[in-house]
Amino acid sequence: MSFDVERVRKDFPIFEREVNGHPLVYLDSANTSQKPVQVLDVMRAHQERYNGNVSRSVHTLGTESTEAYEGARARIATFIGAASPDEVVFTKNSTEAINLAAHSLGQMLRLGPGDEVVISEMEHHSNLVPWQLLCERTGATLRWFGISDDGRLDESNLDELVTERTKIVSLVHMSNVLGTVNDVTRIAARARSAGALLMLDCSQSVPHLPLDVQALGADLIAFTGHKMLGPTGIGVLWGRLDLLAQMPPFLAGGSMIETVTMAGTTFAPPPARFEAGTPPITEAIGLGAAVDYLTGLGMAAIHEHEQTITRYALDALSSVPGVRIFGPATIEGRGGTVSFGVDGVHPHDVGQILDALGVEVRVGHHCARPVCSRFSVPAMTRASFYLYTTTAEIDALARGLDQVRKVFG
Amino acid sequence: MLLDGLYQEIILDHYKNPHGRGLRDPFDGEAHHVNPTCGDEITVRVSADLGDISYDGLGCSISQASASVLHELLEGKDPAAASEIHHAFVELMQSRGQVEPDEEVLGDGIAFAGVAKFPARVKCALLPWMAFKDAAARAGVDVGVSPEVKA
Ligand SMILES: Cc1ncc(COP(=O)(O)O)c(C=O)c1O
Repeated sequence: MSFDVERVRKDFPIFEREVNGHPLVYLDSANTSQKPVQVLDVMRAHQERYNGNVSRSVHTLGTESTEAYEGARARIATFIGAASPDEVVFTKNSTEAINLAAHSLGQMLRLGPGDEVVISEMEHHSNLVPWQLLCERTGATLRWFGISDDGRLDESNLDELVTERTKIVSLVHMSNVLGTVNDVTRIAARARSAGALLMLDCSQSVPHLPLDVQALGADLIAFTGHKMLGPTGIGVLWGRLDLLAQMPPFLAGGSMIETVTMAGTTFAPPPARFEAGTPPITEAIGLGAAVDYLTGLGMAAIHEHEQTITRYALDALSSVPGVRIFGPATIEGRGGTVSFGVDGVHPHDVGQILDALGVEVRVGHHCARPVCSRFSVPAMTRASFYLYTTTAEIDALARGLDQVRKVFG
Repeated sequence: MLLDGLYQEIILDHYKNPHGRGLRDPFDGEAHHVNPTCGDEITVRVSADLGDISYDGLGCSISQASASVLHELLEGKDPAAASEIHHAFVELMQSRGQVEPDEEVLGDGIAFAGVAKFPARVKCALLPWMAFKDAAARAGVDVGVSPEVKA
């Protein structure tokens, strides 16, 4: 069965609205995705009929709520190929997942002077600042991979960067600016032989690509629900169970303990150890529904659709005079996020004129300032696609760019 | 089009042909401001008598045109006059389009009245003015208290 984008769009009520008198053309899914009714309905039904706190009550509502929450965890585990639901830790978002990992690993590894953490110039600030701060706290040294001119990870100095001093390597799996999908096979092998842990920021890859954590070669990954049809306020840290079992807690409080006395506390096994306090229950259940929706359509089919759209968009954009694309110019090893510049026009102005035409793109440094610096620009305009994006929307973007050139011509 | 209020001819003219752009020496006070959400940057230099105001920056048409208008309006003014204009501009930008600008005071600055209706762009327009205020303070010139700047 071929992928029917028009049928998919009917599941997303937001596409019925207009923006500034034009049909909504939403090209900002890398920022946050839109939500299908299937997710919205499940969340509403939960609040209306099953609401209770989880893991704390013997009563019926508490039991039903716990079942729904743990059921979502199990389905998310299956979705990413985890060995067990216990490998899925619910967090607030990717950012919290990465901060959890940075704090907990820093303590577990007793990170200190002489130790090294390796990241890349391609990171979102979420996978950059937590490691910078960890290094400042512990005296460890932060090092990083560069970016090549065509927007790929520069692995040419892999052997000098990842050495026996390296304790943690943390990299973006798919860049939120350049769209690059990093093949981490070589880096994973090098990290393993150096005895370093590998974390991947999968915020942009889990929503868009079929992904299997067993095959990926990482020890930990982070992703965020709102970029994959789920609500805000829910994210995931996945980790190998034997690793999670060794990691100390990050936030402390209710639900993460085994026993507490005034003299001391022992901690629950993962994932509960890392889920202090009442979690975002409805949001976790919503993310479970999102994963069901994505699974129903098939991640391979979704990816194929996005590749088609991306190829179309790369063609369309490169035929607009004065447009420069940052990142891989072909669809090989890239996903459906395309950043570009319009000669002589600041991205803010591009974004403003497109918005007047109902075309919603993101402008700015995309929380990845070093990526902009790498290409010597203060900001970029970014169009990003998802399972509901159509070629007609790409045409609207191209027409909008003609208008931009008229205003600033 | 909806954008006519934002991209007035006057703004586009200042953007394409900025007045007084480029940093000059000597100066008595300098300030560098950035807009962390969008990465726009500006550096403003002033002499203690406001006889020379120079600037350089990276940014959208609104922030760059605003710097050009600032240069045109404030260079060579005495501190009291500069304060009055500064105050009027900041107030206009925070009016959400509810204040009728006074051309006598604001000159080409009145073209920014439309920008006040686009909350996301008000910061762009104010960036050079806030940098100017800091640079002037460092040069020992007090342009007075502006209305509180809200993001
Ligand atoms: C690559 C990448 N990492 C991390 C994040 C942070 O996600 P969140 O803000 O949901 O924590 C994002 C999105 O903003 C992203 O694109």
